[in-house]
Amino acid sequence: MKDEINEEHSKHEKHDIQNKHNKRDKPGRHGRHRFHHDHGDELLKVEHLSVEYTAGKKTVHAVNDVSFDIRSGESLGIVGESGCGKSTIAKAILRILPDRGARISDGSIYYEGLDLAHMPEKKLEHIRGSRISMVFQDPMTALNPVKRVIQQVSSVIALHNPGISKREAVKRGTEMLKRVGITPDRSRDYPHQFSGGMQQRVEVAIALSCNPDLLLADEPTTALDVTIQAQVLDMMKDLMRQRNTALLLITHNLGIVAETCDYVAVIYGGEIVESGSREEIFDNPAHPYTIGLFGAIPDINTDTDRLQPIKGIMPEPTELPPGCKFHTRCPYATEECLDEPVPVAELGGKHKCKCHNISAVKANQAGEVIV
Amino acid sequence: MSALLEIKGIKRYFEMPKGALHAVDDVNMTFEEGTTMGVVGESGCGKSTLARTIIHLQKPTAGKIYFEGQDVTYPSRRELPKLREQMQIIFQDPYMTLNPRYTVEDTLKEPLILSSRHQKADLDTQIRKLMDMVGISGKLRMAYPHELSGGRRQRVGIGRAIAMNPKFIACDEPVSALDVSIQAQIINLLQDLQKEFGLTYMFVTHDMSVVRHISHNISVMYLGQLVETSPAKELFSKTLHPYSRALLSAIPSINIHKPKQRVLLKGELISPINPKPGCRFALRCPYAAETCANPQKLEELLPGHFVSCCRARELNPAHCADGISTMAT
Repeated sequence: MKDEINEEHSKHEKHDIQNKHNKRDKPGRHGRHRFHHDHGDELLKVEHLSVEYTAGKKTVHAVNDVSFDIRSGESLGIVGESGCGKSTIAKAILRILPDRGARISDGSIYYEGLDLAHMPEKKLEHIRGSRISMVFQDPMTALNPVKRVIQQVSSVIALHNPGISKREAVKRGTEMLKRVGITPDRSRDYPHQFSGGMQQRVEVAIALSCNPDLLLADEPTTALDVTIQAQVLDMMKDLMRQRNTALLLITHNLGIVAETCDYVAVIYGGEIVESGSREEIFDNPAHPYTIGLFGAIPDINTDTDRLQPIKGIMPEPTELPPGCKFHTRCPYATEECLDEPVPVAELGGKHKCKCHNISAVKANQAGEVIV
Repeated sequence: MSALLEIKGIKRYFEMPKGALHAVDDVNMTFEEGTTMGVVGESGCGKSTLARTIIHLQKPTAGKIYFEGQDVTYPSRRELPKLREQMQIIFQDPYMTLNPRYTVEDTLKEPLILSSRHQKADLDTQIRKLMDMVGISGKLRMAYPHELSGGRRQRVGIGRAIAMNPKFIACDEPVSALDVSIQAQIINLLQDLQKEFGLTYMFVTHDMSVVRHISHNISVMYLGQLVETSPAKELFSKTLHPYSRALLSAIPSINIHKPKQRVLLKGELISPINPKPGCRFALRCPYAAETCANPQKLEELLPGHFVSCCRARELNPAHCADGISTMAT
C-alpha cells in the first residue's frame, strides 16, 4: 500500500516536472542539448560526460567523455582508484559538484529522458533525494554532528513523505535503522558516539529510507566490516529486487562488484577504459589496467609470495598524459600509446576496451608471460 | 623463534554512564619474533584498542604485557620513551595522523631527535635513508601531507614508525584507506621491511584476504574477546569457531563462478557494556546451546590452533579427530 502511494506520488511528480518543462523548454547552457530525449528503456543514460575543475590557473579534467547507461533493476559497478573521477561522476549526476570551479563541460545525463545536466535547480530538487539518492563515501562529513541519528533519518522520511506524523516518521526511521543493524537503544545517540562502520550504516539507512528508483552508492561499504558489508549489500540487493531499483555502485573493491553488479565499468584517469558484463570483465579482462588490478589483490584461495602492484601511481588529474592515460604505468605501452587518441574496440557482447594493443595483451595473457 | 611480546589476560574497560564497557576482555596473545600476527574482527570488537593498549597509548585495566621477557605493563615515565623506541604504531588513516603543518622531513625528523641514539650530525643522512627505505623520492622532502597521495602519506607514516628502529610495530588497518594497486605496494613494503629488519608485526585489519596474505598467525576477535587463534592458512582450511566461519563466508570474492555458502548472521551485536559471562556470540550463533551460557575457555584443539567455543570439538569432528589428544595433560 505504502509503495503504491509512493509510486503514484512519483508518477505525479514526474508528470509535473515534464509539464512545467514543456512550458519553457529552453535549451541547456550550451545551447546544443535537447532537454528531452528518447530514452528507450534506460533509467539513466549518461552520454559523453565531461567534468572539469578549475583550480587556480589549472584545469583538471576529472571526467572525460564518459558514457554508460543503467536500466531499472540493473546494477552497474564503476571500479577505479581514488582520483580517477569515479566519485565526480556520481556527483555530476546529482549536480552536487562543488559550486566554485567545477562544471559539467560537456555531455548529457538523462534520467527517464530528462536531462539532469541542464535542468533548472528547482526541478532537480524533486528528483534529488527522493528518486535518486546517494550514499556517500565518508560518513563523518555526510552526517550532521549535532543531530541525533534518529532525527536525521526521520527528518528525511518526513521531508519526502509529506503528511505523515512525526511519530510515524520516527517509527519508520527506527525500523530503517534496525534494518542496518542499529538497535533502538542507540538510535538517540549522536554520530560521534558511533564507530565509522555504524555511521556508514546510518547513512545507508537515510539513503534507502525514501525508496529511490536509482541509488548512487559511492564506496558505501568501504568503512564496514565484512559481515556488516555482506548484510548491507544483501539489503541493497533486496531493495533492488523488491522495488526494481537501479544501482550505480562506485567502488575500488572488485570482490564487491563481482557479488553485486550485473555490469562493470573500469575507469582510469577520468575515462572508462573497459566495460562489459560481469562475466566479460572477470573472465576475460582485456585492458592492461584491469589485468593489473586483478594482479594486485591477494586472493583468498591461492598462495602468492608477492603481490604484483601496478607500478607507479595515478598521475595527477592536472597532469594527465596525452594519448592513453595509462601508458605511464602500462607494461604493454608502445609508441602510439604516447600521443595517439585511443579507439574503443568492441569485443563482442557488451564488452568494450579502450586500448591500442588489445591483441598483444591477449597473446601475452594466453601465453601466461608475466610482465 | 622466541616470543618477542606476550600479553596475558589483558583487559581494557571504559567507564561509561551505563557501566563498564568491555572493549578488550581477557586477551592472551604471543607475538613470535619476526612474524606477523593478524588480528581480525568487526568494528568495535576491540582490535584497535588492543593494539593501542599494547603499545601503551592506553593503560590496561588488568593483565600483563611482557616485552622480551620483561614486565612492561605499567612503564614509568623514564621507561616509556625507551619502550616507544621498541614498539611503534602505523595508523589507519594517513590523512589524519600526519601533522598537516609538518613537511615529510619534519615528520621523519621528530622521532629521530627523540631517539636516545640521536646524533645531530647524521640526521640528514638518516632522513634520506628513511625516505629511501619507504620509497619516497627525495623531491618530496619538503612536501606537506596535503601535497601527497594517500599511498605516499602512508609511506611517511611507515617511515615515522621505523625511524627509531623498533622491533615491534602495531599496524592498525594500514592499507584499508588505500587503493588496490597502492595497497599491494604498501603490503610488499611492509613485508620487505620485515625481512630486512626482522620486524614483528601486529596487523590489525578487517580485510581477510590481506590478512591471509601477510600473516603467519591470525587471531579472530569478537566483542573484546579472542575467539580463535590459528596459523594463518589453517584458519581458512580448518575453521573451528562458528563466528570465524561466518566472517570468512562474508568476504566478497572475485571468483564469480564459485557460488558461496554464506553464513548469514542473525541478530545484532550485544552491548559490550556489562556483558553476561557466557559466550558473547551465542545470541547470533546458529549452534548456540545451553552450555554456551557458561564462560568460555580458550582451548588448543589442533597444534597452535586455539578456539574459545565449548561446542567446537563436536561441531568439527573431522578436523579435531587428528588433533592433539595429549593436550589435557
